[in-house]
Amino acid sequence: MAKDRWNAGVIPYAEMGYYQPDYQPLQTDILAAFRVTPQPGVPPEEAGAAVAGESSTATWTVVWTDRLTAYEHYQAKCYRVLPAPGRDNEYIAYVAYDIDLFEEGSIPNLTSSIIGNVFGFKALKALRLEDLRIPLAYTKTFQGPPHGIVTEREYLDKYGRPLLGATTKPKLGLSARNYGRVVYEALRGGLDFTKDDENINSQPFMRWRDRYLFVMEAVNRAAEQTGEIKGHYLNVTAATMEDMYERAEFAKELGSVVVMVDLTVGYTALHSMSNWARANGMLLHLHRAGHSTYTRQKTHGVSFRVIAKWCRLLGVDHIHAGTVVGKLEGDPSTTRGYYDTCRLANVPAAPSRGLYFDQDWGSMPGVMPVASGGIHAGQMHQLLHYLGEDVILQFGGGTIGHPMGVAAGATANRVAVEAMIKARNEGRDYLAEGPEILDKAARHCAPLQAALDTWGDISFDYESTDTPDAVATPVR
Amino acid sequence: MRITQGTFSYLPDLTDEEIKAQLQYAIDRGWAVAVEFTDDPHPRNNLWEMWGLPMFDIADAAAGLAEIRACREAYPHRYVRVSAYDASYGRQTTALSFIVHRPPDEPGFRLDRQEASDRRTRYTLTPYAARQPHGRRYGEPPA
Repeated sequence: MAKDRWNAGVIPYAEMGYYQPDYQPLQTDILAAFRVTPQPGVPPEEAGAAVAGESSTATWTVVWTDRLTAYEHYQAKCYRVLPAPGRDNEYIAYVAYDIDLFEEGSIPNLTSSIIGNVFGFKALKALRLEDLRIPLAYTKTFQGPPHGIVTEREYLDKYGRPLLGATTKPKLGLSARNYGRVVYEALRGGLDFTKDDENINSQPFMRWRDRYLFVMEAVNRAAEQTGEIKGHYLNVTAATMEDMYERAEFAKELGSVVVMVDLTVGYTALHSMSNWARANGMLLHLHRAGHSTYTRQKTHGVSFRVIAKWCRLLGVDHIHAGTVVGKLEGDPSTTRGYYDTCRLANVPAAPSRGLYFDQDWGSMPGVMPVASGGIHAGQMHQLLHYLGEDVILQFGGGTIGHPMGVAAGATANRVAVEAMIKARNEGRDYLAEGPEILDKAARHCAPLQAALDTWGDISFDYESTDTPDAVATPVR
Repeated sequence: MRITQGTFSYLPDLTDEEIKAQLQYAIDRGWAVAVEFTDDPHPRNNLWEMWGLPMFDIADAAAGLAEIRACREAYPHRYVRVSAYDASYGRQTTALSFIVHRPPDEPGFRLDRQEASDRRTRYTLTPYAARQPHGRRYGEPPA
């Protein structure tokens, strides 16, 4: 360290101890991988050191009060800076944070440090938090999902296949009574869940209490028709925690198995709803409303894999995580990385999936990923291939827009998923033979035939903006 | 009415050959295979009666199918399902479960509503067959 380290004035962050290429990260450190785009003239190591400094103890100038602390312990250390493969003037800066920097069990505290001030730092053109390694010691300060994948399946008595859902459409404008009709038809036709859309809260055309009452009539009527447990994600998102608790309590009183909340409520509110859901035996569905504003662009923001980690820690049972084949952003490898992050106990580092670190979740339950947006029965083989079995496939338009009606749309999806699972278990090459398997299943199911005729060749082939460096990235 | 619990209820009933293929899938993964039966198909009744112990070290699917056939023969008026159990760390739960036999007639469920204040309703689902005692449902003759 420079001998004039403590002279008043401005010195480079790297010389203040925030760049330590020989630092060996501790098992208990929180590790971050940032994609850094420095301004012209800023060396990459200094950019990495600045990120470490501004996201931990530093300010822009030397302060003598550092010397009242064991500052070396509290300083984050940028311990590696590598050029991002195939990218111009982008670097991956690895930063280690001591676990003492963070309050136990607090995502707001973790995020206020790591993505607090630093993203507006002038010396950087752009900054993206690509991944975080949460050490087991910190993971154990969270309880995670209120139920998790295993308990949810046991609670619902549904095994061995993806669960099926649909978002009620149109998103806005239905009266509560009409809304309940859509829910009933979709559930009796064969879906496991229906869903409020993220922006359905309590508007003048349908107040929350009316919606809950009509929806629960629909849920129970569908259970009567099928002998299955059915659910509707009642969105409790509201302006205040008091409002959310009031709505959640009412959902519980009516016998709903699940409530839903939007990511827009913030991490503190999510964590409170998680605790409420655990205490009240209620599944908690999270819609990631708003995330694309900061997750989608490759050079700036926060990767969704980090958001997924925070949400698994603070605890949700379902999280929207992409479809690969649907209408919304989702490169296959990157999406696989999200799904691994949600579901696995040990997630190995995999550059081809955008995973920068090994992640050990200990015994924390997995979160059920939700695939929603522009998917239909004719893609069932691809959905199963890309997304696996522990997933909720959510067909909104692909159920409600069915030419023979909502229940027929639901039946088409259910028959398609069961036929595909059966074929997979029989050892068929279901990805290659998918269309044939669906055609054969449609012979005993007219609604599936109609679905295939209507949507069979609909696909959304656009290049992704967010891909791992290991894979060729299209130009923005 | 057709109860649609289980992994394959929306498909035509599986033939014994098709059931064998599913059993083989489970066996190949090291899952234990269990045969269970009930005359109380309420969706929250997870305690179907066990047809013997789960088969942990089953050699081939034919042995499992033989148990399914024996259970069907003993209880033709009840639901029979086969479940595959994954005991691996982190799962330790059922991995696959499907109905392999149904009673000749499925009358379904009755939905009772208890009307409470402020438009609230409490719902209760009861299988019509549950009006009879166990062993006397779905046309099962007295033992």
